[in-house]
Amino acid sequence: MYPSRFNYESPKTIAEAIKLLDAGNGEAKILAGGQSLIPMIKLRFAFPEQIVDINNIPGLDYIRFDADGSLHIGALVRHEHLEKSVEISMRQPTIAAAAPLVSDPIVRTRGTFVGSVCHADPQGDWAATMIALKGHLVVQGPKGTRTIAMKDFVLGPYANSLNYNEIAIEAVIPAPKGVARGGYLKLERRVGDFATASVAVALDMSGDTVLGAGFALAGVGGKTIDANDAASVLIGQKLTDATIAKVAALVAAKAEPRTDHRGSAEYKRHIVEIFVKRILVANSTQKVA
Amino acid sequence: MSLDEVKIGGMGASRRRVEDNRFIRGKGNYVDDIVLPGMLHMEILRSPVAHARIKSIDTSAAWDVPGVRLVLTGEMMAARNLAWMPTLSYDTAAVLATDKVRFQGQEVCAVIADDPYIAKDACGKIVVDYEILPPIVNPVQAAAPDAVQIRDDKAGQVGNKIFDWEIGDKARTDKAFQDADVVSKIELHYPRTHPSPMETCGSLADYDRATGKLTVYLTTQAPHIVRAAVAMVAELPEQNIRIVSPDIGGGFGNKVPIYPGYVVAILASILTEKPVKWIEDKTGNLTSTGFGRDVYLKGEMALRKDGKILGVRMNTISDHGAFFADAQPSKFKIGLMHSAFAAYDIPTAHMFATGYYTNKAPGGVAYRCSFRVTEAMFFQERMVQAAADDLGMDQAEFRRVNFVKDEQHPHRTAFGFLTDSGQYEKCLDIGLEAIGYKNFAAEKAEAAKRGRLLGIGISTMTEPLGAGNSREYDILGIKMFDSAELRIHMSGKAILRTGSRGQGTGHETTWAQIVAHELGIPADDILVEEGDTDTAPFGMGTYASRSTPVAGAAIAMVARKVRAKARKLAAHLLEVSEEDIEWELGRFYVRGNQERGVTIQDCAMAAYSNMPDGMEPGLENVAYYDPPNLTWPFACYIAKIEIDPETGVWDVLQFVAVDDCGVRINPMIVEGQIMGGLTEAYAMANMQYQTYDEEGNIIGGNYMDFLLPTAWETPGFELYEVVTPCPHHPIGAKGVGECATVGGPAAFVNAVMDALKDKGVRNIDMPLMPNRVYEALTTGKDVYGMPPVRSGN
Ligand SMILES: Cc1cc2nc3c(=O)[nH]c(=O)nc-3n(C[C@H](O)[C@H](O)[C@H](O)COP(=O)(O)OP(=O)(O)OC[C@H]3O[C@@H](n4cnc5c(N)ncnc54)[C@H](O)[C@@H]3O)c2cc1C
Repeated sequence: MYPSRFNYESPKTIAEAIKLLDAGNGEAKILAGGQSLIPMIKLRFAFPEQIVDINNIPGLDYIRFDADGSLHIGALVRHEHLEKSVEISMRQPTIAAAAPLVSDPIVRTRGTFVGSVCHADPQGDWAATMIALKGHLVVQGPKGTRTIAMKDFVLGPYANSLNYNEIAIEAVIPAPKGVARGGYLKLERRVGDFATASVAVALDMSGDTVLGAGFALAGVGGKTIDANDAASVLIGQKLTDATIAKVAALVAAKAEPRTDHRGSAEYKRHIVEIFVKRILVANSTQKVA
Repeated sequence: MSLDEVKIGGMGASRRRVEDNRFIRGKGNYVDDIVLPGMLHMEILRSPVAHARIKSIDTSAAWDVPGVRLVLTGEMMAARNLAWMPTLSYDTAAVLATDKVRFQGQEVCAVIADDPYIAKDACGKIVVDYEILPPIVNPVQAAAPDAVQIRDDKAGQVGNKIFDWEIGDKARTDKAFQDADVVSKIELHYPRTHPSPMETCGSLADYDRATGKLTVYLTTQAPHIVRAAVAMVAELPEQNIRIVSPDIGGGFGNKVPIYPGYVVAILASILTEKPVKWIEDKTGNLTSTGFGRDVYLKGEMALRKDGKILGVRMNTISDHGAFFADAQPSKFKIGLMHSAFAAYDIPTAHMFATGYYTNKAPGGVAYRCSFRVTEAMFFQERMVQAAADDLGMDQAEFRRVNFVKDEQHPHRTAFGFLTDSGQYEKCLDIGLEAIGYKNFAAEKAEAAKRGRLLGIGISTMTEPLGAGNSREYDILGIKMFDSAELRIHMSGKAILRTGSRGQGTGHETTWAQIVAHELGIPADDILVEEGDTDTAPFGMGTYASRSTPVAGAAIAMVARKVRAKARKLAAHLLEVSEEDIEWELGRFYVRGNQERGVTIQDCAMAAYSNMPDGMEPGLENVAYYDPPNLTWPFACYIAKIEIDPETGVWDVLQFVAVDDCGVRINPMIVEGQIMGGLTEAYAMANMQYQTYDEEGNIIGGNYMDFLLPTAWETPGFELYEVVTPCPHHPIGAKGVGECATVGGPAAFVNAVMDALKDKGVRNIDMPLMPNRVYEALTTGKDVYGMPPVRSGN
């Protein structure tokens, strides 16, 4: 690997990291898990002059459910950590379903949830998950801390709404009113492949009634697709064959796939529809607490 | 008392691989691990476009980068008569482009600098002005009457056709088709794939002006061929050229050809008088080095109602890329494609082959395939399945009816090969039993209730491994024999050198076992060394599964020569005449008195300390082995798969492999070869290919698009063995390194096609990605990966 020359710093505090980013004036890049940034600089698609490695900043690798039921994921939580977390497997089914599908086991030991969201890869799994879960990011810059809702975060392929001198500190997923349900399905050609099509479904259920729902798609558009609009047909409804078919068609209509060597646009749209149905059917037959 | 052969690590011992000790400790010694004092680093600038005329190249900004020592262009190479080099198929290939670039990734300039970062930075500063020409990305475009000529550098070249070639008996085959009750047809494309060894290609050239000696450490499977080629191209005296192939991180045929980078690095070392290292990156490897396949296959089978095959017609159109650089026996333009149908008793066959230039990377026979045997066997087994279906006959039964029977050996195939041994039905029976063939119909019906489609696919084949014999097989006139040199030290330990070159395939382990078998010297006492042309005897290298059939035979023969001399020493030590000496493993004894004997180690000591009068001291010899025939392993692979019809995703439920590769020297290594080959076969069937878009951009130039299988999705394989010794090999062994890659893909594809049989679908081109399977399922039509190419006949 022969990237172009860069400076490397490994600050011990968030404040120091922000200072470095600020001084970098847009030419500095945060290094979290490095699983996207390093390939980019290796291929010389990216030429940062300054690398700000945040791995030595203590206190950023927590997964925490607050008393109000909201979920907080620190900036250095690795994919693997989410995959193996018992709390996640019991309380947050969309993330629990997605975690083992993100890249491969090797990449999952390094790559971070927040880094993936920031990377805003149209095929990335976590940005889609966050959109379906209607989460937000807590970000910190020279002027202090602010939050950015996921619906406003992804601007385009590999583009987010952070300022060059801001760090995403944590991802927050709001508490469900009822019980969190949902799932994640991904069509990939091989373990570790990016999605040909993937579907994130987040449900907030009371008994078998849907209180809230979120849908987002990866791999089927120029950016992560926010299909949350489609959810309205489910609110207050039960998951029946009819409601499932209706919402699946609406979500599939939101996809903007392109025909390429992974499949035709129609095929990818079809997969989205099938996956939405499969996740909802699985949740409708599940015993509801 | 005779030794226990397995205990001394002889034949049949699943001895642990001695080379793994260094590999798993990270102590391998690959080209990139070698550091020489004052070494410079080279980076190659590659063409971003597929086809263009070079209007100008401006390297001045690259020269200005601090640390840059040399920038080479095609023009500078041309001044030294090195802009073009010969290929192994009597064509020429550009070293650095002068007139045009002919594929994306082609070598255009080279920068030599103090470190690889600088070299890469400087490459980015070279400005090349390209005048874009229309790219040709498949043979249909290449054959079009108004197609741009890719090889306008070649005098006498007309259009883009490289060759027309035919074999077989056309008149007799035509007659067979007239007499047929049923004619079955199939048409398919075997997509381009790439060997993608873990270690890319590279070299470290070190020219010493004072001694005139050129040493090149180089990733090659055939160091002696490289030496001959360097002598030819660089016009250096052969005794002053030393090619060292250190540990190789996988070859698979990718490291047989001579690549431009090697040549440029050698010139750079001569010019700078410093060692120059060039290590290709992954994209360079995937986009410019020897690929595999890319052949359109079309064929017909003449059948009698009762299932007997009367004749076969084959038509192949191959895409060779910009230069005809196939590394194959020179006489055969399309490799050993005509080995197709060797397992079947077919009276007559005819094949017509056409090759074209395109604006794609050159090569064509790499990737574990013994010179296009992979395409031959894939086509054969797809054709056989289609024919069985057309006749409404059971696919296993159809094979059984047409197999060459055990007692028919030696059997002359319709295309003229001589198969000499095998138990085809026995292998098939073991496979069918293991997969539960009898219960399959019930299983399929059961799955249908769950909405799943089940299919079973069989692939049975015998393939020609281990070129040559020298009558028929040569590369640029050099006969395809191989060699071994064995020296026994006075303590009875030994060093063995061969002309082959292991690539992580276990030669150091296996070769010692052959010597242990022949001489009774424990395998642990034998050092195996390969790859250094200054010390190893001349050999044609390792590819086409030829090491065990050819070099392995040479090892047995050299050990026997050594044993013959040791017998004389034993007679001397035992004070009896040679005729009264008997041999048992590791020991000579006096006939009729088994107690009175000497060990091979005693003989070794005597060779240095107590030889009879008039005997040359020492105990060593060399053997060159020219095999009488190819070896013919047989394999039966059976896959059982399940399709999810809503998505087209298919899963392997069970996979059974029955391999007959003759006598197994190290069963564990043989199984490893089969497992690895089946993994690659699964990848090709399921996910892996390299394609090009209409502009000639490669899709599959990185590991995001070119998929290597991992342990997570690769199914398990159940292995069974049958042993039919090779009748002409001194230890009865046959090649095995490529069987599974060659025979495996058809088993998977046939299984998917079997599941889709009643949907009216006959073919889906590999890779059988879910979208293709879904398309076939929903449309009831065949799915081609590329537009079908019509016959060039
Ligand atoms: C072989 C392979 C397969 C993969 N497959 C998949 C897959 O199937 N699905 C998938 O979703 N992903 C996949 N990935 C990507 C992987 O999940 C990455 O880990 C992830 O996209 C980025 O996370 P990271 O922590 O590695 O970020 P980095 O690579 O360190 O950073 C990525 C980008 O985000 C920025 N960034 C990182 N952290 C922060 C922060 N706290 N605040 C602000 N900006 C930040 C960086 O500056 C950089 O621009 C794959 C990667 C590889 C190498």
